[in-house]
Amino acid sequence: MHGTREERVFGALRWVVIVVLVLVTAFPFYYMLLLSFVPIEQLLLAPSKVWFGLRTLTVETYSTVLASPDDGGQGFAVFLRNSALVAVATVALTILIAIPGAYAVARLPFVGRDHVGTLFLAVYLFPTVVLAVPLFIAFARLGLQSSLAGLMLVYVVQTVPVSIHMLRTYFQTIPESVEEAAAIDGAGRFAVLRRVVLPLAMPSILSTALYVFMIAWNEFLFALLFLSAQPDRWTVSLGLAQLSNGIEVPKTVLMAGSVILTVPIVLLYGIAERALTEGLTSGAEKG
Amino acid sequence: MSTTRTLPAPPAAPAGRGRGQSGRDNRDGLVMVLPTVVIVVAVVVVPVLWNVVLAFQDLTLLEVRDAGLFDALSLDNFADVLTGAGFWQSLWNTVVYSVFSTAGSVLVGLLAALSLRRPFPGRGVVRALMLLPYVAPVVAVAFTWETMLNPQYGIVNAWGASVLGWDQPVDFLGRAPYAMATVIAFEVWRYFPFAFLFLTARLLTVPREMEEAATVDGASLLQRFRHVVLPQLLPVVALLCVLRLIMTFNKFDDVYLLTGGGAGTEVAAVRVYDTLTGRFDVGAAAAQALVLSAILAVALFLYVRFFVKKGDPS
Repeated sequence: MHGTREERVFGALRWVVIVVLVLVTAFPFYYMLLLSFVPIEQLLLAPSKVWFGLRTLTVETYSTVLASPDDGGQGFAVFLRNSALVAVATVALTILIAIPGAYAVARLPFVGRDHVGTLFLAVYLFPTVVLAVPLFIAFARLGLQSSLAGLMLVYVVQTVPVSIHMLRTYFQTIPESVEEAAAIDGAGRFAVLRRVVLPLAMPSILSTALYVFMIAWNEFLFALLFLSAQPDRWTVSLGLAQLSNGIEVPKTVLMAGSVILTVPIVLLYGIAERALTEGLTSGAEKG
Repeated sequence: MSTTRTLPAPPAAPAGRGRGQSGRDNRDGLVMVLPTVVIVVAVVVVPVLWNVVLAFQDLTLLEVRDAGLFDALSLDNFADVLTGAGFWQSLWNTVVYSVFSTAGSVLVGLLAALSLRRPFPGRGVVRALMLLPYVAPVVAVAFTWETMLNPQYGIVNAWGASVLGWDQPVDFLGRAPYAMATVIAFEVWRYFPFAFLFLTARLLTVPREMEEAATVDGASLLQRFRHVVLPQLLPVVALLCVLRLIMTFNKFDDVYLLTGGGAGTEVAAVRVYDTLTGRFDVGAAAAQALVLSAILAVALFLYVRFFVKKGDPS
């Protein structure tokens, strides 16, 4: 290798960039985890510490944040249940609707197919706040305000188009001859979809489901709009945001709440990182 | 995401399929997309149209329940919105916020993608780590940032005082010039992974031979980047910029959680929210939202008209 001076300089710069990026991305997560085990007095005493002695660490923050308000806690156990309910229901409904939709868009030349994309664009083009005003009123009229079902409905709409996009790209890679063979054996369209296409597309369906779960679990604006008045229906995101506005709850207790909110996502992401990133960027190669 | 791109033309029906087959394809296709179309129309299209009507009515949240769909249409809301000083300021804030956040996140994403291009031990771990800010819940990371930047007990100010010798703590989220810089930094931090992801995927497809040939011809590293790699990345960079601009222009969560729209960071989405929930002024909120989407639509139209036209199918 004939390392020119330029190449050596950039070779070194590259490592500087990597180290800085790693520190900047990882430190907030490390600090979140650290503070979640620290009693608030310790933080106020020494705010510059990046490590606290093992003996000062406590898990009381976690028991406080999870316990119900009647027991002097912050009720995060209930928020966790609400978030899980909404997220799981959103995933189930979105996938159920998106699979046939994506299959049709990938395979069947139906009337108006070219316009479906425009319709989906509408979902992301209009500011969410534009939807917020009418949905807020409509849900109030239908008695869906402060209901987890209403919230789920909004999440499904926000996630169906991107799910169809992710699944469609995968469906297109399944050779048509596989389906045709099944069709010749007398299986109808829906039977082919269920028995041939679905099993083949399972990895892609799982990564899509994961992405949808992430969006529903992390969502904040609509939860704030619809559920603010009903603390027993708060999601974890909403509960954390509402409680962090006040000064009553110690920050390190809320840090434990942050960890509780973040851990499920990081775990799921750790399991399926590769599948997720591939699902998201598929089609980007074409530029 | 890339749903914004138009769908490819339908594959030609294999030879030998008769009319009955294509009729059935059509019917099955319609049945299969029907649930999607119904739900998108009900929860997106109808509300958007209703929002247009609301923008022309002078109603508060309590009146709206009993009002008819078309009573008392007027332009009052628009007059109020467009002449109010706060609106133009918030629009300007939104532009500054989205342009700098987009540019920053794409630039840092590009730096990251280039730095991680050549394999090294542990690259997989670094890559996975780099995506964390993008996947983590916004409320949790915003709260962590808030804690880290707090003037009393935040670690950044503690280090600033002891290592950098700041004589006064900096109120990163509560003072005018700092607050906007901080929310932009937060946005860059959260979304550079998004750019990183797409640019890394694109980098994989840049043919090695081209770069090798350029090296043989005596091109320096920078020359190879400028003339070989960058041209290949530009379409993705353009797509990323448009996507990020649209998303950031509409962004609510990040600013609301960090500053609540205070200290010169009131962006348009936060203002609409405050108009709706603080003043219960449905008409003004709807009118502002409408003006916002109109601006976005015009910007997008101009972009498509002048940039996408030149022979680029996407």
